Amino acid sequence: MSNPLADMELPDVIFCIGTNMTETHPVAATRLKKAMRRGAKLIVADPRRIPLAQKADVYLPLRVGSDVALLGAMAHVIVREGLVDREFIEARTEDYEAMSQHVTKFTPEWAESISGVPARDIEAAAILYGKAERGAIYYTLGITEHICGVDNVQSLCNLVLMTGNIGREGTGINPMRGQNNIQGAGDCGALPNNYPGFQPVSDPANQAKFKAAWGVEVDLEPGMTKVRALEACGDGIQAMLICGENTVVSDPDRKHCEHALRSLEHLVVIDIFLTETAALADVVLPAAAWGETDGVFANTERRPQRVRQAVPPMGEAKPDWWIIAQIAQRLGAPGFEWESAKDVFNELCSVSETYAGLDWDLVAEGRHHWPVPEKGHPGTPVLHVGEFLRGRGLFKTPEYRDPAETVDDEYPVWLTTGRRLAHYHTRTMTGRSVGTQFLVPEELVEVHPDDVRDWKLEDGGFAVMASRRGEILVKVKATKQSPRGTVFCSFSFGDVPVNTLTGSGYDPLTDTAELKVCTVNIEAASTAPA
Amino acid sequence: MSDDTNGYELSLLELDGEELKFRAGETLYEVAQRRNKDVPTLCYDPRLEAFGACRLCVVEVDGIRNPVASCTTKAQAGMVVRTKTEALEKHRKTLMELVVSENPEATIDPLRGMASQELGVLAERYGADGSRFQGKHSGSSRPDDPNPMIGRDYDHCISCYRCVRVCAEQEGDYAISIKNRGFGTQITVEFDGFLSDSACTFCGQCVQTCPTGALNDLRARKHEDTPGELEATRSICPYCGVGCSVDIMTKEDTVVAVRPAMDGPANEGALCVKGQFGWEWIQNPERLTKPLVRKGGKGGELVEATWEEALERAAQGFAQVRDTHGRHAVYAVASGRAPHESAYSVQKFIRAGFMSNLVDNCSRA
Ligand code: SF4
Ligand code: SF4
Ligand code: FES
Repeated sequence: MSNPLADMELPDVIFCIGTNMTETHPVAATRLKKAMRRGAKLIVADPRRIPLAQKADVYLPLRVGSDVALLGAMAHVIVREGLVDREFIEARTEDYEAMSQHVTKFTPEWAESISGVPARDIEAAAILYGKAERGAIYYTLGITEHICGVDNVQSLCNLVLMTGNIGREGTGINPMRGQNNIQGAGDCGALPNNYPGFQPVSDPANQAKFKAAWGVEVDLEPGMTKVRALEACGDGIQAMLICGENTVVSDPDRKHCEHALRSLEHLVVIDIFLTETAALADVVLPAAAWGETDGVFANTERRPQRVRQAVPPMGEAKPDWWIIAQIAQRLGAPGFEWESAKDVFNELCSVSETYAGLDWDLVAEGRHHWPVPEKGHPGTPVLHVGEFLRGRGLFKTPEYRDPAETVDDEYPVWLTTGRRLAHYHTRTMTGRSVGTQFLVPEELVEVHPDDVRDWKLEDGGFAVMASRRGEILVKVKATKQSPRGTVFCSFSFGDVPVNTLTGSGYDPLTDTAELKVCTVNIEAASTAPA
Repeated sequence: MSDDTNGYELSLLELDGEELKFRAGETLYEVAQRRNKDVPTLCYDPRLEAFGACRLCVVEVDGIRNPVASCTTKAQAGMVVRTKTEALEKHRKTLMELVVSENPEATIDPLRGMASQELGVLAERYGADGSRFQGKHSGSSRPDDPNPMIGRDYDHCISCYRCVRVCAEQEGDYAISIKNRGFGTQITVEFDGFLSDSACTFCGQCVQTCPTGALNDLRARKHEDTPGELEATRSICPYCGVGCSVDIMTKEDTVVAVRPAMDGPANEGALCVKGQFGWEWIQNPERLTKPLVRKGGKGGELVEATWEEALERAAQGFAQVRDTHGRHAVYAVASGRAPHESAYSVQKFIRAGFMSNLVDNCSRA
């Protein structure tokens, strides 16, 4: 996030796109509700009539995967209405002309034909955001889990740059991170292209720096993403270490994924439960769970905070860092002589520029937002004040592209996936907690009531849902949250493996899976599941 | 005058004989709090707009005939205020007797909620047993509500409305409301129904602010008989990226509850249903407690092993692949849920162990 969570109470216009915030980030949503009680206006763009949409001043029910068309049209209207921030554009950006030229063809009428959102609503949203004194954008995976995820983000950046809504309190472009420490995993360098602190591996200076720190010369060539690695299993990749991830259920195209992991010569999984993924491993190592180990999480606003051990690990479980260090030492790798989580974290701070001013004791209260470039630095709650990382903010000219699959006679229904309030990922945690399991005991596919009727389904009955990659049996729920022609499912339940159906395509730049769109066929099932 | 008044306006008032500066808009209660005065409250929650219902926080102000509620009275220059006099204490005792009379006599287990001891502590302090007003009380419990998270023992309700206000002001959900007034007051949800059929999201905010345990944490109460002192360990919620601060509540080596931290920088006392009630997986019997290794080749079974054996086997497998297929045949995936130390060691395992960059985390799916 460019801005801290506390800033959510400050904007006068809030634009939420591709985020079901009241369900996925409920505590952040409470701040947004406070801003609205203070008089802030809310624009919501989402294919589904999610709870947030019901609170919106302008609701844009776009067809799944049509974000670039919608956002380009908003930019078009902002240019046309003269709502651009000239001063900001002059002082801090480049390539504005190219972008403003580019969006001339993105008329609201054209965008309506692609996205299904009425042109006048696109105009209303653009004018509202364009006129905002402090406009803030919030998004989640509804923007990134597309083949055009990068184009979607760039379209949002254009809106931010042309209106100067960045680098100030109560503004910004704010991706909300889904998992507790997904920000931290990136911060720590668990990325194929970056060392800890987002230092590119391809830079020889970084190679030299880490050689000095670790005593080994690491390749200059970036590694491959997990998506590519799964494709290369049994071919280029023969051994894998998977730490705390239920890849088989959470990743797209489950059959492919299982096959990939089975074809490895050696699979080691570190986890707290015998997940579907761990069951495929050659060695399964029991990890200490949350509450059983010390450490640091960084939240979505770049705030590292300490987690603490409250009880001893169950049975013989051990902290991840200890397990990994033990294997590394047995392989003769240098630099794994840590004695505590504190040692590991302090080593991270010593090699990361963004954490350089932090240490184990300084994150005890969680008062800093990174970057914290040196000791004594107060941290950086708002990014891009006065200057962007690259100097000037660059306008881009993304083109609209159809999703990897579009509806046709054989697969006439759009399926989009997401999360529900009461469950988390593959339910290894919430499925074992009485309260959360009570609220949502089973998976349901959400279908508009008119579609339920037209497709001869039954509310509460079972349906067979099939895509080009597989089929599943799932219970139907009639709800007007789903628009006509689009159905919704979460991927939380192992017995309704929705990711058997997904996996139609990947963003060419980031390899992020298009989990938000695939096309399916849905029919009443003749039998209920055994 | 001490240093804690730095930055306050120069307006002065007198509090228990002491000259004090205060900030425009501050209430008498807030001024008194700063000087650590022991003013009792029941309907007060610092996060909510002052409500002035219980009147326990009354103070005397020169020139005003009756005592005023300090939580709703703004400080004004020249005021002369007393927070503790015999008359005030007598008044507070009578109020407490009235309040306590609404309550069935019972010990309230602290596992019911964070604020659940407030009433009991004050009742003891004022020696209030409620016998003077026996017979009337507001609210009837809802033992019929099937939700396994929030107990609704309105027999203990004292009509402070903290729950209703926290739901509206903090959570923004407006799930609960008040029916009737006086002794007839009943906290209720739409159509007098069950919480799960209302707008309630089970965030637990109402449970944690209730000063009597009327609303209570049913998951935690499973541990009322678990032996040991109740202790808190500050941590960060393991679910989404907001990073709410929580206290992990334990009795000896057992996790018995999770509570929101009022001073958590990201959440300021808020939580959602997952953080609040979704912790029973931690000490779950299905947890992995011993290393497992596959015996008898790829088709074989996973069987329990010692750490030594499992670590040897894990390392050997990587060494063998490295020696036969080269160092670029080894890949690692780090978790987006485990702490930094986990992700840092995974990437270092690959970089320092195999000199490659074949590592990623689970953010792409
Ligand atoms: S249920 Fe608890 S918080 Fe709500 S009004 Fe009654 S005593 Fe107050
Ligand atoms: S749990 Fe949360 S949403 Fe439900 S009634 Fe209590 S405060 Fe309101
Ligand atoms: S605390 Fe002031 S009236 Fe209740």
